[in-house]
Amino acid sequence: MIDDSYELLIIGAGPAGMAAACEAASHGVRVAVLDNQTSPGGQIYRNVDRATDSRNRILGKDYVKGRLLVDRFKQCGGSYFSEATVWFLDEKRRVGVLIDDKSYFVSADKLVLATGAQERPMPIKGWQLPGVMTAGAGQILLKSAGMVPEGRLVLAGTGPLILLLAYQYLQAGVKFDALIDTTPQGAMLRSLGKLFEALPAVDYLLKGLKMMLAVRQAGIPVYHGVEGLGAVGEEKLEAVRFDAGKAGLKKVTDCELQADTLLLHQGVIPNFRLPLAAGCEIEWDAQQQNWIVVTDEWGRSSDADIYVVGDGSRISGAEASALQGRLAGMHISFQLGKINAGKLEALSGPVVKSYKRHLSIRPFLDSCYTPSPRYLVPDDATLVCRCEEISAGEIRQAVRLGCTGPNQVKSFTRCGMGPCQGSQCSSTVSLIISEQLGKPMTEVGCIRVRPPLSPITLGQLSEV
Amino acid sequence: MRSDAIVIGAGIHGCSVALHLARSGIEPVVFERSHPGRHASGVNAGGVRRLGRHFSEVPLSIAAMKQWWNIRDLVDDDCGFESSGQVKVAESEEEFDLLKSRVKKLEMDGYEHEEIITRSELKDRIPAISDHCRGAIVCQGDGHAKPFRTVYAFYAASKRAGARFFRDQAVDSIKRAGQTWKVTTRDFTCEAPVLINCAGAWGNQIAALLDEQVPLEPTALMLMISERLPHFCTPVVGATQRTLSFKQFSNGTVLIGGGLQGYVDMSRQQGHVDIDELAINTRTARDIFPLMEKARIIRCWAGIEGVTPDQIPVISPSSTYSDAYHVFGFSGHGFQLGPITGSIISDLVNHQSTELPIEDFSIERFVLAEHR
Repeated sequence: MIDDSYELLIIGAGPAGMAAACEAASHGVRVAVLDNQTSPGGQIYRNVDRATDSRNRILGKDYVKGRLLVDRFKQCGGSYFSEATVWFLDEKRRVGVLIDDKSYFVSADKLVLATGAQERPMPIKGWQLPGVMTAGAGQILLKSAGMVPEGRLVLAGTGPLILLLAYQYLQAGVKFDALIDTTPQGAMLRSLGKLFEALPAVDYLLKGLKMMLAVRQAGIPVYHGVEGLGAVGEEKLEAVRFDAGKAGLKKVTDCELQADTLLLHQGVIPNFRLPLAAGCEIEWDAQQQNWIVVTDEWGRSSDADIYVVGDGSRISGAEASALQGRLAGMHISFQLGKINAGKLEALSGPVVKSYKRHLSIRPFLDSCYTPSPRYLVPDDATLVCRCEEISAGEIRQAVRLGCTGPNQVKSFTRCGMGPCQGSQCSSTVSLIISEQLGKPMTEVGCIRVRPPLSPITLGQLSEV
Repeated sequence: MRSDAIVIGAGIHGCSVALHLARSGIEPVVFERSHPGRHASGVNAGGVRRLGRHFSEVPLSIAAMKQWWNIRDLVDDDCGFESSGQVKVAESEEEFDLLKSRVKKLEMDGYEHEEIITRSELKDRIPAISDHCRGAIVCQGDGHAKPFRTVYAFYAASKRAGARFFRDQAVDSIKRAGQTWKVTTRDFTCEAPVLINCAGAWGNQIAALLDEQVPLEPTALMLMISERLPHFCTPVVGATQRTLSFKQFSNGTVLIGGGLQGYVDMSRQQGHVDIDELAINTRTARDIFPLMEKARIIRCWAGIEGVTPDQIPVISPSSTYSDAYHVFGFSGHGFQLGPITGSIISDLVNHQSTELPIEDFSIERFVLAEHR
């Protein structure tokens, strides 16, 4: 049974949330952790404590590593609530959560929001067709059920995860039909300048190289620098096509590949709906091309009682996220009077050092995998909001009629009013407006988050 | 700069006033604190009803309805208006008596737009309605429109007619020099012979600059919307003694509101949802439509609206200065009146009179009370 209040309430049991809980609990803080999955681990270590040996072989040793953290988390002494859906959070830090179909309100002295990343939407022509999914969805199937898509399979996009998934499929014995890389030509070369900074994290670099080699050796067609990517089909996906790209050194134009499943991916972005609902300050990160939550070195947001850690504040990867979670857990213990300033300093020193080492790969990755503007700001015919079927052209028309911000565009077009509540179109809408009006993103802003943060039935709402 | 008139506020009333003035040859400048339709005008439930109006508002509401039925002729856009009818249900025998005596009183005044229907007639119209509902008033020809789109249609039409809009221009000061009004905002100073205050929840602040004190309460009126559901309800449904406004759109989503209040943050000009208050609203909706129990709510919001003590608006010449007018304080039911307030103000400015009875909306009812 969940209590009315805790000293520390953590939302999200991924690496950042679990680490924050372990740290704070070890100093005697009364902690509760809410998570919407069936077991702890977050997206990255999804299902890790139940995975079979054969699945672990496919997913690799970085996945298995999560097991250690999950085991520590389970023994940390905090209260953990699985399948708990946070549906309400306001600027007064009141948390509404659904557990077993019943709603509870919980308050806390300190809040840690560790809601992780979501995939960056990739609005291409035809992305609303059945058969088009995200690479993340493909990976969830693999992690939670050991399932792989049937029929002809094409992977397309940019970013480390698509390469990882390709590698994991090969380990699972799945032969896919093509890997389409939309990373702009020259991005790799430009990022070489950041390579030196990345040397402390050489393990990340080697891992990437190993995966690329494996795809090559499997003889799977790889296309680079692909432009004009689209999905084609009547009722469902039938083919993937693109205007131009390169296969090795050979130029390819007007290419069409038959496909039953297309897995799209162009990196991950912070899932910042909760921080936004809590009124935490955000800013636009031009390098990562996404909103980030403004925090200090302890992960503390513009609201001093709310810490936002891990990929949910800024994309930094699983290991850096866990270290950031620990730092937040320490600082909260200090703020609550459980440890003194000297102990905080002694404990945090080595963690900060390690955190910085893990972050050193980011400038290289960010510059290497900055998504192409062509896939961020689509042409008029492409749908931006799939829930309400609003195209980029309709958004541009609303701007021409005088809508100067994303919330006006939303009110005018219904873009972002569907079941996903803008989580799949918000940044695209803002980018279109920013480009059309020549206004910086921070000035354009983003679609406001409205409660409920996830759907709740009228009956459940009646009982609060 | 100079203009023929200055309108403060670009909500539905400011845009309508600007449109009707511009069409009569008086080309106004409109100063808007934020952007057109930012608050109550753009985010309300979109109800277009004569049903259940305060008796003072009935003549205005009927006149406005005639404009709604031909809204495309007025603003060259249908504003998403659908003439779905509106229904007010009685949940008990006492409530049904209240409704019946209301309709009787309207009939005595010569109005026939509201009709009593029995329980079985109600069930025929809306089979999903709960059996405890005893009967209802129905108002054919009422309906609903899309609020933000409507404000933009009025805004765009008045621009085409010659009105000039300036956004992000909260009014800093208002001065009177001879026959001229001088209004200063962040970036502009404008002079004009006529001034119209359409500042919504901020209407009393503008009135105060004209030395008129109106006890206006800013409130955050809450709404919620469901996922798409199979069609089960055509008219807009309200309750009698509980607050409810319930409508299903053609896309299947259900909008539930009725005037329950959230929190107002006037410093940031934001309305916030009060979830406990909202739960009251969901219970009413569930009682009247039991099938809503399992429907998923996907979004709730609150819009800032100014409410007067007697819950009817100020539509009035200024009591302190000539050539100044007030149009604000609609207390949560001003959207439908939007088209007609523009006509009224245009008549007052051009002819110093209007055919519609507006005495009950005079600002003097508050200003005089202050003096007492």
